Amino acid sequence: MNLEQQFRVQDLNARYADAIDDDRLEAWPEFFREDGRYLITTAENAAQNLPIGLMYATSRAMLRDRIKALRQANIYEAQRYRHVLGAPQLIDSANGALRARTSFMVARVMHTGETMLFATGRYEDRIVLDGGEARFAEKTVIIDSRQVDTLLAIPL
Amino acid sequence: MNAPAGIRAWPSDQLTRVPYWVYADASLYAEEIEKVFRGDTWSFLCLEAEVPTPNTYRTSYLGDMSVVVTRDKDGAIHAFENRCAHRGALLCLKERGEAKEIACVYHNWTYDLCGNLTGVAFRKGLGGKGGMPPESHPEAHAPRQLRVEVFAGLVFGTLGRNTPPLEQYLGPEIAPKIKRVMRAPVKLLGGYSQILQSNWKLYMENVKDSYHASLLHMFFTTFRLNRLSQKGGLVVSADGGNHISYSMAADVAGKEYEKAGLRTANEDYGALEAPELLKSVDEFGDGVGLQILSVFPGFVLQQIRNSLAVRRIIPQGVDRTELVWTCFGFTSDDDELQELRLRQANLIGPAGFISMEDGAATGFVQRGSRGAGGELSVVEMGGRGIGSEESRVSEAAVRGFWNAYRGHMGV
Repeated sequence: MNLEQQFRVQDLNARYADAIDDDRLEAWPEFFREDGRYLITTAENAAQNLPIGLMYATSRAMLRDRIKALRQANIYEAQRYRHVLGAPQLIDSANGALRARTSFMVARVMHTGETMLFATGRYEDRIVLDGGEARFAEKTVIIDSRQVDTLLAIPL
Repeated sequence: MNAPAGIRAWPSDQLTRVPYWVYADASLYAEEIEKVFRGDTWSFLCLEAEVPTPNTYRTSYLGDMSVVVTRDKDGAIHAFENRCAHRGALLCLKERGEAKEIACVYHNWTYDLCGNLTGVAFRKGLGGKGGMPPESHPEAHAPRQLRVEVFAGLVFGTLGRNTPPLEQYLGPEIAPKIKRVMRAPVKLLGGYSQILQSNWKLYMENVKDSYHASLLHMFFTTFRLNRLSQKGGLVVSADGGNHISYSMAADVAGKEYEKAGLRTANEDYGALEAPELLKSVDEFGDGVGLQILSVFPGFVLQQIRNSLAVRRIIPQGVDRTELVWTCFGFTSDDDELQELRLRQANLIGPAGFISMEDGAATGFVQRGSRGAGGELSVVEMGGRGIGSEESRVSEAAVRGFWNAYRGHMGV
């Protein structure tokens, strides 16, 4: 394992998770390349090679639409996340792209104070250098359970 | 809570008022499981494509009762209670799999794919000792077998002795609209489930409530996917239990919502940066952009543009419901059509621009009505009847639900 590569993956995911947890959702699309792909799916779907996602985007523009809808259109109760990330595991690197896997746990904290373990899973990332910045060319969020409590508004 | 004695009374001969205790009364819930879900109703179990080949099974639910759906070696579909005749353990522990017979892990009693008990381990004992008395007949306690019917690729099951044939139960208005969507062999795209912190009836009322869709869901209204001013209609089956709400994709660009100052018509919202999210094709060739169809007690078939899904409910207590979504396309889909379905899936499910709000809304009613005991909710949009109508500014299908419900419950 190349330590610099490991640091790059860990640092990107740490900043990514912090932006979400800190409600800087407008910064979220910037962690992706312009044509970046984002998919949230379940382990059950992934194991059966079934393509449906809970969220699916194929560009930064689609990610910005998601955030705009969350801010201005969608009805849901005020809530925040707290991500806890595991150590990244480098899968391979080829043509300047790193593939890595990182475990996560996300607690959801409602405005009422109610806190629950909302999601666990893994990130399957493909990370590239884009204008000197490490960004996601692809981020697949595979949640371990098929069940989502009430709704999944904020991205994972 | 249980409704205090004397409060558990239904408003006589009218469907326009619903008492709030129906969402919170634990004894009523137990009665519903028996009379509605295990009564003379058809429950959707799974898509036929989920048991794709001979000797496959899938577990599902009839109300809160776990059932096994199988396809036997000859291709016939069966369903039976997921309970061993011996001590009641689950027979199938996995969601799906392949099997020529089913063996209980606890004491290795075996069953064929119809649910018949075929083997009792050491039934005659060992070396002339132990075993079961010869007159014992454990077959009498075998898991209950459901009556199963497959309609247009959808597998339904019932335990009721007097449940009418499925097509008759669906009714002449609803059955063809199922066939309309299920136009070709199904290709599974995957699924997920949503835990609703509410009574199951609140979700079914939400589905049948054509009035709420464009008032709660800004995405529907702002992007003109579904407005009550769009041409469409509301069709309710004779007993009220089944319904379709539909609207044409074409929009007349009216300004009714804007003039009324409604939250969901947000003129300042602007366009989507990535309009490909809503790109769709008229795959059914009839211009209908949205068709939501429900079958009493707990089935939904959804067409929102090219996003197709079946939804089924699993009641998990008086104030908790699992909503299972299975998304599909057809084996004839090309890559482009499949990609449209995957993109439009952003509208549905727990993270859906539209459907996430239904997950929230049913919980709001559950929590909002907690202290309301014998108070009544008002279901009077579109009058008092349960008839089909052109206007979707109507709660006719919600009243229809209560008509069917009260019929099955005998109240």
